[in-house]
Amino acid sequence: MSDVEIEIPPTFDHLAMVRSVLSHALSAERVLKAERIHDLRLAVSEATTNAIEAHADANSSESVKVRVSVDDDAVRVVIVDRGTGFDPAKLKPHPPVTDPERLEFERGLGVTLMKRLTDECIIDSGNNGTTVTLVMHR
Amino acid sequence: MYGERVIEPTFELAAYGRWAVMRVNGEIDMATAPRLRQHVQNVTSRGPDGLVLDLDGVDFIDSTGLGVMVGAAKRMRVADGLLRIVCSQPHLNELFELTRLSEVFDLYETLEDALGDVPRDSLDDGTPSQLGAP
Repeated sequence: MSDVEIEIPPTFDHLAMVRSVLSHALSAERVLKAERIHDLRLAVSEATTNAIEAHADANSSESVKVRVSVDDDAVRVVIVDRGTGFDPAKLKPHPPVTDPERLEFERGLGVTLMKRLTDECIIDSGNNGTTVTLVMHR
Repeated sequence: MYGERVIEPTFELAAYGRWAVMRVNGEIDMATAPRLRQHVQNVTSRGPDGLVLDLDGVDFIDSTGLGVMVGAAKRMRVADGLLRIVCSQPHLNELFELTRLSEVFDLYETLEDALGDVPRDSLDDGTPSQLGAP
């Protein structure tokens, strides 16, 4: 499968299109099992959501870029934004689920899902933006 | 080439005794979650004894959608009400397990199970009645 590159304006109504392109591209080539495609689709949607938010925070109208590539060993999806970056190590964990305070946190599960749903999740973030690489082994 | 139609979410609301049942269909992400949140807030502000969110028609949900459900659980708890979630789809249940929200939410396989102990005394025939669009 040749690489697929998607560029979207930084608005959330493009998320469904990114998921659709990813699903179609991977399903047509049968490079992953259906449930693995579903997991990757969610992880990519989470990363793209964060990228769009990063552009909004930076007041940037630049495109967010998503690149899908497949080789013999793995599917790799790279999501690139030009926001102001963040330190993934400084993300605060949620309170335990048994703590009533847990219900105070509606956000903050995106990075957790990206890591748990993929085989590799590499976040490279700096002042000039963030590159997230999501990998699913074949 | 990639002409798949985007599945816009819909929200169908019904009353069941003093409970509300909201069936959610379509895809819930950062673009559509505000609509789900607004519908949930509209329903919970009416003070039902309980709210059932039926997710069997949901094709996709992300962390934003899960967050809306956390908010719904909080609103119902504050009002001394109950929140129950109907979900028989394996990939959604996997998501609840991964996030451990399965330990926060009351999850049911079917709507019948979720409403099993709910009094029907305010209805004539025991079937949900339409309240119209939320």
